[in-house]
Amino acid sequence: VRLAAALLLALVLAVPAAASERHPTLGELEGQVMCPTCKTTLDQSNAPIANRIRQFISARIAAGDTESEIKAKLVAQFGPAILAEPSKHGFNLLAWVLPFVALGVGAAVVGWLVWRWSRGRRQSAVPAGGPPIDPELERRVDEELARFDG
Amino acid sequence: VTWSLKHGLQALTVAVVLGLLALLIWKVVHQDKGVKLGGGRTPPAPEFALSRLDAPGKLKLASLRGKVVVLNFWASWCAPCKTEAPRLEAAWQRYRARGVVVLGVDGQDFSGDAKRFIRKHGITYPNVHDGPGDIGTKYGVTGFPETYFVDRRGRLIGDRVVGEVSADKLTAGIRRALES
Repeated sequence: VRLAAALLLALVLAVPAAASERHPTLGELEGQVMCPTCKTTLDQSNAPIANRIRQFISARIAAGDTESEIKAKLVAQFGPAILAEPSKHGFNLLAWVLPFVALGVGAAVVGWLVWRWSRGRRQSAVPAGGPPIDPELERRVDEELARFDG
Repeated sequence: VTWSLKHGLQALTVAVVLGLLALLIWKVVHQDKGVKLGGGRTPPAPEFALSRLDAPGKLKLASLRGKVVVLNFWASWCAPCKTEAPRLEAAWQRYRARGVVVLGVDGQDFSGDAKRFIRKHGITYPNVHDGPGDIGTKYGVTGFPETYFVDRRGRLIGDRVVGEVSADKLTAGIRRALES
């Protein structure tokens, strides 16, 4: 379980890392960069600074910058809050790790509840064969059945 | 074992919920709403040390203690900032000999754009760059431009001027700060 969790976490962190070395399009970055005055992503804003940042990104794409290079230049100008997603360093790493921890804890709790429920059902089930039948009752049932068959 | 496990889980759930609630309350209480002005209040002007746009190095507000500071928050993309720039320059030229400094704080802006703006409008008063806008938040800036007056003891005097500052408001603010 621990190995699976580690692999999952590595995958989560590695996919964006690989993507950051690509040459992005403006449309891709518009959803990942914030407009500093309106606190929405660029694709949701027509504020003057949002238009200026779009213009800057287009110029950097044309100059051949990678995604991480463009983001680094924006962070140097506006600080880390310019990025829509938190960085994967220091305290912000918690934002990436905690959802998976919560998912793991939730899965463990659900697993435990299912196990407890199924064990409870097994214990309360009637034993195989059922309780012993009264010989007199068995005799009467046999008679009734014989009469019914006859 | 089942009983203690059940109660342990309940306690954990309550603890997590209480923890999240405490975080929310802490965030709301510690949200920076900026300094409160008006009503005769003279709170200390929040300190800062920001990179200069007109010269190398940083400028600390504390280094201007003993002078009256006209603190103007602006951005190169803001239209009223262009209109008020000549008024601020005129006030700087007129009052600098009396110990008044006009200090521009360019926020939420590219430093290159800000430098071009300074050159284009012939601004000679000092300017600093507050890219993330954090210092503006400390002062309670809600938009650009906004102007504050700091007296010789580093206290904010009078009310802020929201929007384009008129020559009259500029003169009145400077005089009030000089007299305080």
